[in-house]
Amino acid sequence: MWTGFPLFPEAASTVAGGVDALYWFVIAISVFFSAGIFAAIFYFALRYSRKSLDEVPKPIHGSLALEITWSVIPFLITMVMFGWGTSLFFRNFHPPEGAMEIFVTGKQWMWKLQHPEGQREINELHVPVGRAVKLTMATEDVIHSFYIPAFRVKKDVVPGIYSSMWFEPTKPGKYHLFCAEYCGNQHSGMIGWVHVLSEPDYEAWLSGAPRGETMAQAGERLFQRLGCFTCHRADSPGRGPVLEGVFGSTVQLENGVKVVADEVYLRESILKPSAKTVAGYRTQMPTFQGQISEEGLMQVIAYIKSIARQERMNTPQ
Amino acid sequence: MSDHAAHAPGLAHQFDDLDQQLDATTLGMWLFLAQEIMFFGGLFAAYAIYRSHYPEAFAAASHHLDIRLGGFNTVVLIFSSLTMALGVRAAQMGKNKTVFNYLLVTFMLGNLFLVVKAFEYHHKYVEGLIPGPWFSAHGATDPAVQMFFCLYFAMTGMHALHMVVGGGLLIYFMVQARRERYHAHYFGPIEIMGLYWHFVDIVWIFLFPLLYLLGLHQ
Amino acid sequence: MNAALAPPPSAPPPAETPTHYLNANYGFRSWMFTLDHKRIALLYLASITLFFFIGGFYAVMLRLELVTPAGDLMSAENYNKSFTMHGVMMVFFFLIPSIPAVLGNFLIPLMIGARDLAFPRLNLLSWYIYMAGGMLTLYAMVAGGVDTGWTMYTPYSTTYSNSHVMVMAVGIFINGFSSILTGLNFIVTIHKMRAPGLTWFRLPLFVWAHYATSVIQVLGTPVIAITILLVALERGFGFGFFDPKLGGDPILFQHLFWFYSHPAVYIMILPSMGVVSELVTCFSRKKVFGYKFIAMSSVAIAVFGFLVWGHHMFVSGQSIYAGMIFSFLSFLVGIPSAIKVFNWTATMYKGSISYHTPMLYVFGFIGLFTIGGLTGLIVANLGLDVHLHDTYFIVAHFHYIMVGGAVMGYLGGIHFWWPKITGRLYPEGWARFSALVLFVGFNLTFFPQFLVGYLGMPRRYHAYPEEFQVFNVMSSAGASILGLGYLIPMIYLTWSWRYGKLAPPNPWGAKGLEWTTPSPPTTFNFEETPVVTEEAYAYAQEQETEESH
Repeated sequence: MWTGFPLFPEAASTVAGGVDALYWFVIAISVFFSAGIFAAIFYFALRYSRKSLDEVPKPIHGSLALEITWSVIPFLITMVMFGWGTSLFFRNFHPPEGAMEIFVTGKQWMWKLQHPEGQREINELHVPVGRAVKLTMATEDVIHSFYIPAFRVKKDVVPGIYSSMWFEPTKPGKYHLFCAEYCGNQHSGMIGWVHVLSEPDYEAWLSGAPRGETMAQAGERLFQRLGCFTCHRADSPGRGPVLEGVFGSTVQLENGVKVVADEVYLRESILKPSAKTVAGYRTQMPTFQGQISEEGLMQVIAYIKSIARQERMNTPQ
Repeated sequence: MSDHAAHAPGLAHQFDDLDQQLDATTLGMWLFLAQEIMFFGGLFAAYAIYRSHYPEAFAAASHHLDIRLGGFNTVVLIFSSLTMALGVRAAQMGKNKTVFNYLLVTFMLGNLFLVVKAFEYHHKYVEGLIPGPWFSAHGATDPAVQMFFCLYFAMTGMHALHMVVGGGLLIYFMVQARRERYHAHYFGPIEIMGLYWHFVDIVWIFLFPLLYLLGLHQ
Repeated sequence: MNAALAPPPSAPPPAETPTHYLNANYGFRSWMFTLDHKRIALLYLASITLFFFIGGFYAVMLRLELVTPAGDLMSAENYNKSFTMHGVMMVFFFLIPSIPAVLGNFLIPLMIGARDLAFPRLNLLSWYIYMAGGMLTLYAMVAGGVDTGWTMYTPYSTTYSNSHVMVMAVGIFINGFSSILTGLNFIVTIHKMRAPGLTWFRLPLFVWAHYATSVIQVLGTPVIAITILLVALERGFGFGFFDPKLGGDPILFQHLFWFYSHPAVYIMILPSMGVVSELVTCFSRKKVFGYKFIAMSSVAIAVFGFLVWGHHMFVSGQSIYAGMIFSFLSFLVGIPSAIKVFNWTATMYKGSISYHTPMLYVFGFIGLFTIGGLTGLIVANLGLDVHLHDTYFIVAHFHYIMVGGAVMGYLGGIHFWWPKITGRLYPEGWARFSALVLFVGFNLTFFPQFLVGYLGMPRRYHAYPEEFQVFNVMSSAGASILGLGYLIPMIYLTWSWRYGKLAPPNPWGAKGLEWTTPSPPTTFNFEETPVVTEEAYAYAQEQETEESH
């Protein structure tokens, strides 16, 4: 089927324009230099082609001035590219404040996505236009990579840790979602669509989409089922620390180090409780490795987050 | 050109003289040791990274190792390096009989090391400290304890393998010494064997504190 | 066609064929137990060609599958196995040994005036090791294949793949020692076996390039060896070095893997650069421009090559500051590469340029390597690599370096030294034709992949969205031309071995000790050890003394 001859992917996020601009810049420099080199080769090859069998041209040893010139100029040009690219990368690295959150789980061979409000999708992601979206991503098995070409964003999803990335769509439409890191048999089937909807369409989709409980509610249910509440009590410190208000706060560990209790820390504390124990609590908690799925973990963390938010609302400074 | 080999026994055809041959083979051995360093370097890098991630678990796991046996083996190896060095000295002086004797002592010491090591491995097996599905460290909840033993077995196992290879080489050179192959101008192979043996020794000198003494400070 | 060749030797070829390394003795044993570096080089030539065509066969299968968007020619599993075997065969069993083990082996002793490499037995041993590793890998392929990709990322390779990872891992592990021993042999030979008067800065640039390559082989390969061993231990015995459940880190595998596998790219390209340096000066009949800069840039590439591995992990979650440093160093590697290109081009200036096939490969090399190198600036760029990582843009980029660079140099070198190796001339017309076919086929295959890569087509995709089809069809069409371009030399070179015109000792009028020997050389290369009194590439000593440089 003839689908035209596209040369450029759609640019549909806030970072896409910057990436494309830099790309054009490097391309322009590259074309300039390759054209120069090719022209020189053609010209020399024709101009100085061998005229007679015993022709012996005069030797030229080299020229320090030339060597320095063609080392320093490319160096300076590459440093411009480096500076531009690195600043672009750094600026685009941290998500803006107040980004809406989506939780992504990669699994051979599908993407499972959860909205905090409870909508769950597989290989499809609906997001509103013009709002920053932060993805928190984990994988149940091997390394995957979440890639949306139209947004120029990509991030590996590595077992054992949370990866995160963000984007802000600028154009409503339907865009490819790929797994970019080879993950086994159906790697090329681990694809889907990102639907960027206008604000009203998104509201309509939200209310129309089947939704069960919110992530926090699901997490609370897991919290009960796994018996976490017997030690982590809401009212008074039990055998484990009180979790109300803990998310986003700074906790002191047994070895004196202070860490921020973020998603990564909570995840580690559930799976490897003895790794970073809060000061004053002996390591009694069993590991929950193998007893809770990555999706479940995200839900429990969403629950712990939600009780932190309630806590802050209840006790205004 | 073809009668080069006839001039000096032990001179290979591609070299002009024994000096060049000794230079070349010694450089070759140093390069081989450089690649050995990179080989063990991969393991040491993995060790360094995991230890910095899980200092407590590594210290706790280190307590499962027997410092007395490890220390004894360290002494054995250091002593074997001494006898190896004396063997090289004897080769340089062309005393084939002395070479044989020193290599034999070195060989025995190397074997002693391996026997002790085998006992240690057996202990670990009995205690269930072999990584894998049957791993059972008593009372250790941190999975990184198992990581320590993964590294312990990989590092000491690789080292032991090098000891075994060294032992085989020693046998070969003992036979050569018996045949009176070495003299004041031809002792290169023994010298190179010495380099290898000292290298294997030095690897252990790094392994011993990293694995055995790690838990002592607590 | 051979009009522009150097004047033929005045003496007619003697009636009796003189004794040389090929007819010194005959029979299976005389090859299997040979210690002659030239014969070992030919053993490598034969085996490398075999592995090249096996790898090429898989490439053909991949390109056929990708003609249509749907995965309809073969199953996803077979597709994954095909690209794995293509990568493994081409990287470990063709590209890495290609120029060093064939041309380096053959030429280094000849170029430095030695009778053989420093350790002939070790040299033969490394061929046996190479064959053992290759045979194991072939066995893994026949037994059912491996589907991890040549990169063998954990935990897929250790836990999730249901294929013969163990066998292949052992095969690659074993093969690594062949590479280490070859490099070690070269370093010692270059240090200790140079002819009297052959100082470091009189060495041919081919030798400099191999020296730099050998350093990488000796210092880099052991790291991949231990890494693969750890993967094997994890897969076979449950030693979870990279297993997140034990606190292991899959990213550590990537660091260790790329610590070798990035410098491995320089193992492939540096020898090719060495070949180009020889060719460009011979066919311009002129001293190379900026000898020391070309020599030192090889060393610089080898050194910096060890410091840039992290640029394969920009989106893996490594610290952004690590990413910044790796990006910076990757840009730095571009500088010595650029210096080489400029110097080669400048060598042609006011030269006496002939268009023999090796020179056509030089033109091809410089052009394709320039494109490969400049697109390297795009993927070394943090801001751009986020989008391009693991897309066809990467595939195109490294094929421009490895095929456009390394293979072009390899073929150019094979043609250049073919008279020395075989004592026969290859048919010039066919050779020029096939060089042209290769150049066209190559560009048609891989240039569209840049475009489809920027569009976002991920690599290692068995099936793909329809809008990418037009590029893939172009690419597959190009691949069929490229395949033809490889078959033609295969045929006429084999033919010329028997029926080609007899070659004089120095058919190109080239400088260098290897051309002072008969074609083919005798077993011990030189009647007596040559004494070197001039710099490399002294094509015009007479004028040189008059000049005041």
